[in-house]
Amino acid sequence: MRPYGVSVVARLTLLEARRRRITLAALAGGLACVLIFAVSVHLIAGTAAMRDAPLVVHRLQLQMLTIAGLYAVNFLIVAAAVLLPVDTLSGEIASGVMQTLAAKPVPRSSIVLGKFLAYWIMLAVYLAVLVLGVVLSMRLFGGFAQPHVPAAMALMLLEATVLLSIVFAGGVHLSTVANGVVGFAFYAVAFIGGWIEQIGVVAMRSVDARYIGTVISLASPADAVWRLALHVLEPPVMSQVLLTPFSAVSVPTPAMVWWTVAFVIAALSFAVVQFGRRAL
Amino acid sequence: MHPAAVIETFGLRKQFGRTVAVEDLTVEIRSGEVFGFLGPNGAGKTTSIKMLLGLLAPTSGEARVLGARLGERAARGRIGFLPEHFRFHDCLTARELLRVHGRLYGLERRRIERRIDALLERVDLQDAADRRLAEFSKGMLQRAGLAQALIAEPELVFLDEPTSGLDPLGRVLVRDVIRELREQGTTVFLNSHLLGEVEATCDRVVLLKQGRLVRELPLQDRGAALEIELKIDRSDAQVLEGLRSFGEEVRASGELVRLRASSDEVIPHIARWLVSQGVAIYAIGSRRKSLEEWFMEAVGDDQRPG
Repeated sequence: MRPYGVSVVARLTLLEARRRRITLAALAGGLACVLIFAVSVHLIAGTAAMRDAPLVVHRLQLQMLTIAGLYAVNFLIVAAAVLLPVDTLSGEIASGVMQTLAAKPVPRSSIVLGKFLAYWIMLAVYLAVLVLGVVLSMRLFGGFAQPHVPAAMALMLLEATVLLSIVFAGGVHLSTVANGVVGFAFYAVAFIGGWIEQIGVVAMRSVDARYIGTVISLASPADAVWRLALHVLEPPVMSQVLLTPFSAVSVPTPAMVWWTVAFVIAALSFAVVQFGRRAL
Repeated sequence: MHPAAVIETFGLRKQFGRTVAVEDLTVEIRSGEVFGFLGPNGAGKTTSIKMLLGLLAPTSGEARVLGARLGERAARGRIGFLPEHFRFHDCLTARELLRVHGRLYGLERRRIERRIDALLERVDLQDAADRRLAEFSKGMLQRAGLAQALIAEPELVFLDEPTSGLDPLGRVLVRDVIRELREQGTTVFLNSHLLGEVEATCDRVVLLKQGRLVRELPLQDRGAALEIELKIDRSDAQVLEGLRSFGEEVRASGELVRLRASSDEVIPHIARWLVSQGVAIYAIGSRRKSLEEWFMEAVGDDQRPG
């Protein structure tokens, strides 16, 4: 028997996403944001205040603007990572589609991994389109080339992968709506934890705040990976002088990347094992 | 395991919390047999099928399907399954549906395409081959589901209510497909509420009641399924004893005497014997008990809705 399972399920999932216009809707929404960003950059970059600013300040302003654009992209990719796959397991289990699929000679793990692979590819393409849209808009209309884009993009994809794995782990037993709620709550916890750490460190010099932030980041590493991406994107001076949504004051260590990878593997393994045991 | 046994279960049991869905299911299904699985709603028929397919783990008991343990991958490659209320991604066309399932079985591309053409024609969907399932009627969807169950030319096919949602023509089509499968030597496990269809297609049926197998009936050779009714002038003990040599379950009610026999060939012998005993015969009638009567008798009044 040939090991067709993963690729067949992945192709089926990609075809379904295309036919149901899920990818089209996501891309249309994302490109609308990029378009608004491009027009804004064109208008802002042409103002006298921008033109007359000293070169260092001018460059810093454009970099801030780019990061602001990527901040919006980050929210879109977080929403996509939760919403796109939210019913892929739970919905097909509830409708009975999964019975037909699981009765075929493919391991149940191939069904989970094939679907995961398909959504990961979708998110990677979506992320690439949006990030490149922002970066190229800035290059074209602002004349500024954002450095370290591939590294930041890889970290943002890792953040999306964390959420994707959580939605897959939840989708085995939870209903579609409950799974969506859990997915967003998981991100919200990480987001709040991140801000507690940022504000605590800068405003209160609080060690406890850093501990709280670290513990939350370990339990829900999505926002920590985004802060690492911010750190890669921002100029070094930013983290020293400013506390803004677009800067990382308290930067997670690079070990967080490995922790996050291990987290994804653990969540996905949980999904595979649980789905393998689930009554269909 | 018997060499010709395709399915063999020993005390298979499934419990959901406190509810016992299937209790002590022990059955053997032979190769090439069209096997009917009957029972009222909630009797545990679908749960049994799911256990045999590996979709549901039994609470206890053992079973082997095609010589393999339940749910084993290699065996699943030799099994076709049409679930009750078949559903699949409705954005696919019928042709794509079959292609996906052919790939899931690991079939070669050329074989898949060949099978698709043959099956679409067989289930009368060739004109709708490139229409999306979302545009299909319930009956068309069920026929597409039947085709996906047969794409890999399986040795064993589970059909769970295959005619639900089908019009009379669709039902005839399914019946013909089952007959063709039998001719090809494919074993068919049929779960259906439509007793007429079961009667027309199955070699043997079993009845499940409240999770237990309560009765088995061969339909090809139904044994003493013919009921003979005699209207005679006396039905004393001697007459009744004599009639027992012609059939089973001899019982008298006034002038009427009923007995069960295997064939109507016995009727002239009965008549001759009665005349020789000086018994006057006013009427002789016979009829074969329908599967529905057998079903109602076995299920009992307690299972009737309402």
